[in-house]
Amino acid sequence: MRLKIAYNLFFILCAIGTGSCTKQEPVPSLNNHSSHQELSQEIVPIESNVKMVEITGGKYLPFYSADDSLVAVNSFLIDERPVTNLEFLNFIKANPSWRKSNVKRIFADSTYLRDWVSDTVLPINSKPDAPVCFVSWFAAKAYANAVGKRLPKLDEWEFVAMADEEMPNAREKSTYSNAILNLYLIKDRQYNAVQQSKPNYWGVYNMFDLIWEWTDDFNSVLVSGESRAGEYGDNNLVCAAGATNATDVLNYAAFMRFGFRTSLKANYTISNLGFRCAQDITK
Amino acid sequence: MTKKAILFGLALPLMLAACKSKTEGGDTSSSQKGTAAIDMVAEGEPIKLELTPAPNVPAPVGNRAPKKVIVHLLTEEIEAEIADGQKYTFWTFNQVPGSFIRVREGDEVELHLENASNSVMPHNIDLHAVNGPGGGAEATFAAPGKEAVFTFKALNPGLYVYHCAAPPVPMHIGNGMYGLILVEPEGGLKPVDREYYIMQGEFYTKAGAAGVLEFDNDKAMAENPDYVLFNGKKGSMLGANMLEAKVGETIRLFVGNGGPNLVSSFHVIGEIFDNVYLEGGTTVSHNVQTTIIPAGGAAIVEFKVEVPGEYNIVDHSLSRTFNKGALGKIKVTGEENPKVFKKGGH
Repeated sequence: MRLKIAYNLFFILCAIGTGSCTKQEPVPSLNNHSSHQELSQEIVPIESNVKMVEITGGKYLPFYSADDSLVAVNSFLIDERPVTNLEFLNFIKANPSWRKSNVKRIFADSTYLRDWVSDTVLPINSKPDAPVCFVSWFAAKAYANAVGKRLPKLDEWEFVAMADEEMPNAREKSTYSNAILNLYLIKDRQYNAVQQSKPNYWGVYNMFDLIWEWTDDFNSVLVSGESRAGEYGDNNLVCAAGATNATDVLNYAAFMRFGFRTSLKANYTISNLGFRCAQDITK
Repeated sequence: MTKKAILFGLALPLMLAACKSKTEGGDTSSSQKGTAAIDMVAEGEPIKLELTPAPNVPAPVGNRAPKKVIVHLLTEEIEAEIADGQKYTFWTFNQVPGSFIRVREGDEVELHLENASNSVMPHNIDLHAVNGPGGGAEATFAAPGKEAVFTFKALNPGLYVYHCAAPPVPMHIGNGMYGLILVEPEGGLKPVDREYYIMQGEFYTKAGAAGVLEFDNDKAMAENPDYVLFNGKKGSMLGANMLEAKVGETIRLFVGNGGPNLVSSFHVIGEIFDNVYLEGGTTVSHNVQTTIIPAGGAAIVEFKVEVPGEYNIVDHSLSRTFNKGALGKIKVTGEENPKVFKKGGH
């Protein structure tokens, strides 16, 4: 069976909001047809053996909330770990249009799979079970489609990110928060294999210790690149807390994640940016 | 209103400086004399500016005409010694402090900010010398491996801090992401014998992986640093790295304070600043013992050295000097000058 995917071309607006964090309209779904220029690509399905973990939904206070209003997250499935080099190689083999010599620049910039020896040979000395990096949002979306999944939504990802090893919401625990910040300061973590660290409460591995991860609507919340409006903000108090309040250091780590996401465009490929997949629960 | 006042206040020293340099030939700027910086025409092909690491500064602009210039800065996250063999994870504009950028009013500066491919974080740059949103921060927000470019016209002469403004800003600055940009007035600053670049910044540390120190957010919020340093390293201007001058020479120090939090009480023990360009701006004060340099601010200080010896550069908020590393030295060599200073009585 072949899935026919229509890719809507659109410009990722990296326009920075005047408020330092604002929730925007999500990026257009891949399945929306539009009158804009379209490019059709055929995705050949591949097998994926990664275990998925069910996350019990709930409400949470997102980093970007300007008025303390909670956001509902439905129950969903998420890969227990990021997609690996080997898995992405299998995808490439089945889908030649995503090889580095074939991919279109609008879908992946010039550093796409940068260190790969060739179209189908992983980088020298790389671990097959290390997370794949130097992949664009488009490439991540295509992979997810090939395995019959999707990328996690930003709120889903951040919902899972609240968990430490013992509880689903550890944002009150400063030890946990500090551990994340410590990890964020270490370079070249992306070359390590997946699942070498402990899973969190849900059984999900590697949320923080290896890579940054694409989310489906990565650019729906923009932290100003200038990044200070919120800190000085007169009414955007949650953002302000994110930068200044010692009692919720988790927001400080989230602040860094949202800052990173704001620097991205959908065709960017970066040394420490990979992804994992998610799925709706259909019962 | 402010800008007009600045330009007006500049006119006199400018003309003096211009007259002086005329004899050196090639007064290419005479055609634009009296023109407001915003109306000055930057002619010719863009040239790549030479930048320097501290304590060095690039050659003066002299009396050249406004130009189109290209500045290239690389942001990198590196491990380097902070003090006594101890390493720290610095975030840098080329190095700590960032490279000194020297332009003149009317220059059109095309600034390239490249973020190293192996950076963990996105970075950007806010130059206080810029008139425009975020000082360039939004226009230069660069993910790891990406380069961003923006162009600005230098309108206000003075000495300005630049720094990273990516979230969270205190962490990026606290890791060393700051430097100085000098915008010289038309005709240039008056020539002196020695020029040096000094930048103060404080570091909030905790033990990280493999014994390398890293940023401590709690200490930063308490504004309680472990180190207060000149040019990003304890002893950066001590021993073999002392600044040098000869008796009778005039020294000009371009001094900035990256912070992120502390205000510096900048002082050179055994000297009096003949001239201080207050806050790096146009007003010149004379006969100053200690000048205050706010976080995110700068000052130009000038003094003639009359007597040989070693002169300590300090933050006169002295615990920082005696306990946290804020100490440098200028070694002045030459003939004793008993008329000015001698041991014993008449």
